[in-house]
Amino acid sequence: MGAWLPAVLLSAVFAICIMPLVPLLASWGQVESELWSHLWQTELPELFSNTLILIALVGIASFLLGVSLAWLVVMYDFPGRSILQWGLMLPLAIPPYILAFVLLGFTDFGGPLQQFLFSIGLGIEWLPDMRNPLGVGLVFTLSLYPYVYLLMRSALQRKGRSSYESARTLGYSKAGAFWRLVIPLTRPAWVAGLALVLMETLADFGAVSIFNYNTFTTAVYKSWYGFYSHGTAAQLACLLLLFVSMAVIAEKWGRGKGRYEQSGAALKQYRQRLTGLWGFLAQVGAWSVFALGFILPVTQLMYWVVSSFEQHTEGTIDLLLNTVLLAVLAAAITLLVAGIMVWAQRQKQTKARSVMTEFSQLGYAMPGTVLAVGIMMALNGIDSWIADIMDDQSQWLATGLFALLLAYVIRFLRIGYGPLSSSMGQIKPSVVETAGILGAGKRERLFRVYIPLLRPGVFTALLLVFVEVMKEMPATLILRTYGWDTLAVRIYELSAEGQWELTSLPAIMLVAVGIIPVILLIKKSEL
Amino acid sequence: MKTMNKWLVALAVGSALSLSACGDTEQEKQTASEQKNVAETKSPAAEKPADEKKEIVVYSSRKEHLIKPFFEQFTKETGVPVVYITDGAAPLISRLKAEGERSPADILMTVDAGNLWQATQEDILQPIESDVLESNIPESLQDPNNEWYGLTVRARTIVYSKERVNPEELTTYEALGDEQWKGRLCLRTSKKVYNQSLVAMLIARHGEEKAQQIVEGWVGNLATDPFSNDTKVMNAIEAGACDVGVVNTYYFGRLEKENPEIPLALFWPNQETSGVHVNISGAGITKHSSNVANAIKLLEWLSSAEAQQMYAGHNMEYPANPEIKPVPEVEAWGSFKADDMNLSKAGELQPQAVKVMDRAGYK
Repeated sequence: MGAWLPAVLLSAVFAICIMPLVPLLASWGQVESELWSHLWQTELPELFSNTLILIALVGIASFLLGVSLAWLVVMYDFPGRSILQWGLMLPLAIPPYILAFVLLGFTDFGGPLQQFLFSIGLGIEWLPDMRNPLGVGLVFTLSLYPYVYLLMRSALQRKGRSSYESARTLGYSKAGAFWRLVIPLTRPAWVAGLALVLMETLADFGAVSIFNYNTFTTAVYKSWYGFYSHGTAAQLACLLLLFVSMAVIAEKWGRGKGRYEQSGAALKQYRQRLTGLWGFLAQVGAWSVFALGFILPVTQLMYWVVSSFEQHTEGTIDLLLNTVLLAVLAAAITLLVAGIMVWAQRQKQTKARSVMTEFSQLGYAMPGTVLAVGIMMALNGIDSWIADIMDDQSQWLATGLFALLLAYVIRFLRIGYGPLSSSMGQIKPSVVETAGILGAGKRERLFRVYIPLLRPGVFTALLLVFVEVMKEMPATLILRTYGWDTLAVRIYELSAEGQWELTSLPAIMLVAVGIIPVILLIKKSEL
Repeated sequence: MKTMNKWLVALAVGSALSLSACGDTEQEKQTASEQKNVAETKSPAAEKPADEKKEIVVYSSRKEHLIKPFFEQFTKETGVPVVYITDGAAPLISRLKAEGERSPADILMTVDAGNLWQATQEDILQPIESDVLESNIPESLQDPNNEWYGLTVRARTIVYSKERVNPEELTTYEALGDEQWKGRLCLRTSKKVYNQSLVAMLIARHGEEKAQQIVEGWVGNLATDPFSNDTKVMNAIEAGACDVGVVNTYYFGRLEKENPEIPLALFWPNQETSGVHVNISGAGITKHSSNVANAIKLLEWLSSAEAQQMYAGHNMEYPANPEIKPVPEVEAWGSFKADDMNLSKAGELQPQAVKVMDRAGYK
């Protein structure tokens, strides 16, 4: 292995990951100022404020839920704790677009809630319309807070009690110890979780359109679908990316040298029994999150599956196979690419390498459709170039599963890179040196030091990417080839027509398959 | 068998990956070529003498469950296989455009004439020469250049609560902006192309300024924020949140099928003036299709009595072929005078319509 190899590979990864940006940036060559001024005068200000409100709501709520629930299950003992500690992860298996239509279907006109209220004579006039910022915020919070919970839980397992108790002995109040020591100490964990939550919220189009809540992505789609202006859509998407990049840079800058460590020495901790009124309320709260974020949507979906049983079309099993297969492939490739990045960073820390690593992960903040169109245009550009050279007008790259897998990798690299890089961070260079001194060769160091120590990170990365790819909808729609419809594609088709009941079968299958890796994630880290 | 193939593909991709795990770009290329061979997408030698049984590739914004039975029947009768990808119209048009002459697609199938008009603007369709289509599909439901043909017709009309509205109160789309409907109207989002086409037709009739006044009237009368689909509009009317709405006929048909007692009914507006706004689902042949003969065969078959009857029954739409009657449930809604302005107007005026709705505050 030449010393230059990681650098070359990292540059290749970087080049491929920013490739979809090229057509987006090229769009600035032609600006339709008349359309921009229309958007500015009518919708954009409102879309900005809608988006900011949503982000603020989802950010605050996910932080509070994720952190407090993690605190609860790590620090306290109460009946049902062992169920809740993985149960609270399960909402991650329900994508926001599914939770959105289920919650609306449940509370809407003629839905079960209204029918029930009607039947007990309470009437429905007082019931608020769910289609407001709080309702949309609730959907994103419930299906995304598990990211904060997951990362925070493992951080607290390592640092929670010890730091809390040291602070208490130093004379901090309970709240003071929590806010002034535990929260700053675990900052890398909850920041990483929040970043995932917020980027996903920013890039979403499915759930917000079910609620008809217009955000910045609405403008992207409207320019494209309504005004047929590719250019303006691409320019708006660039602005979104610019915003996210600035947020990422600001966070890095604010964090300084601190880094997030994923697993490491988790201690088997003594857990305090939860007592008193507050203890009771905390339990009720935790169970309600689980009920609202998981039990209710799954029950509603099951009900629809049964009530529309004879209408379901066949072939859902094929979709399931496609979904799982694509997710496995994409997770494997993503991990390989993330591995290259981690390796290159490990070999030598340079500014260039960390910049390339950071920008390779921007895909997560791109709305799936925008990313997909970028990839499609870039690949077709290359295709047309190859076709001219080879004098053969057929598809070279923009065909088969290549484009789709590429999209998954670029979009979810951030999810795969995070756990892997923090696992690598755990392996102190001294350990590897010691192995060397003890006579371990390259091969031995790889198989007996790196691989065993990296295993937890690899495992987490694979599972998270797997779940995310399964849930991915917009890029799959655009880039798949025939015969490769997935569960998410079927869900789109049926829900776009408002056929919620028929949507339930593919939706419940998606959730069921998603639960498995989510439970594994928690089981792995159980103490 | 199909499943078997998929696992083979996976195996192939997997081995390609492990073989070339050292070079990233290299490996991805290999994956792609491996993919190409196994998935048998399209033979590069597209210029070979036309293969009579060559599979037809359809890009469709009609959803799978609405097209699959037709393609299966066609394949059964002719032996020509049909494969398809479904997605929104705009992404499919972009995909066709980006793929250019390398595109594997033969047919573009979408709903709403606005989308088909846009496809002609992007120059991704070709004129079709077919006497069968000419005689099966009326002039107003096809492209002036024969680049697309309508295959089914739907009306976007007024739906009202039988309990709270006397149909005599209803007259036109325009009148839904009148004072008497204040707080009684429900609409679907302006982001849906069906509403964009409806407003485009209003612009074509009345000019932009008047059209905007009409839309402002609607917005002022809304009982609640616009909904994400037509079914929710009707659910809201049924639940008493509003009294009238504007929906596509087949959505009403679906609800009525589920619940024949539903206290809603359709009203045919503008009978004294322009007629009910109708739109189509339709299809055209892509500019770079390498399988034109079979593609024409498929479109002709879709316009035939057999397929048109299937269409009518399957999605409760109106057949585009005037020889074929709609199903009895649809006929029971009564006959109406339809707007006969050529539908390509809807596409032409769509961006203007979106602006009008934006300015009127229609979300």
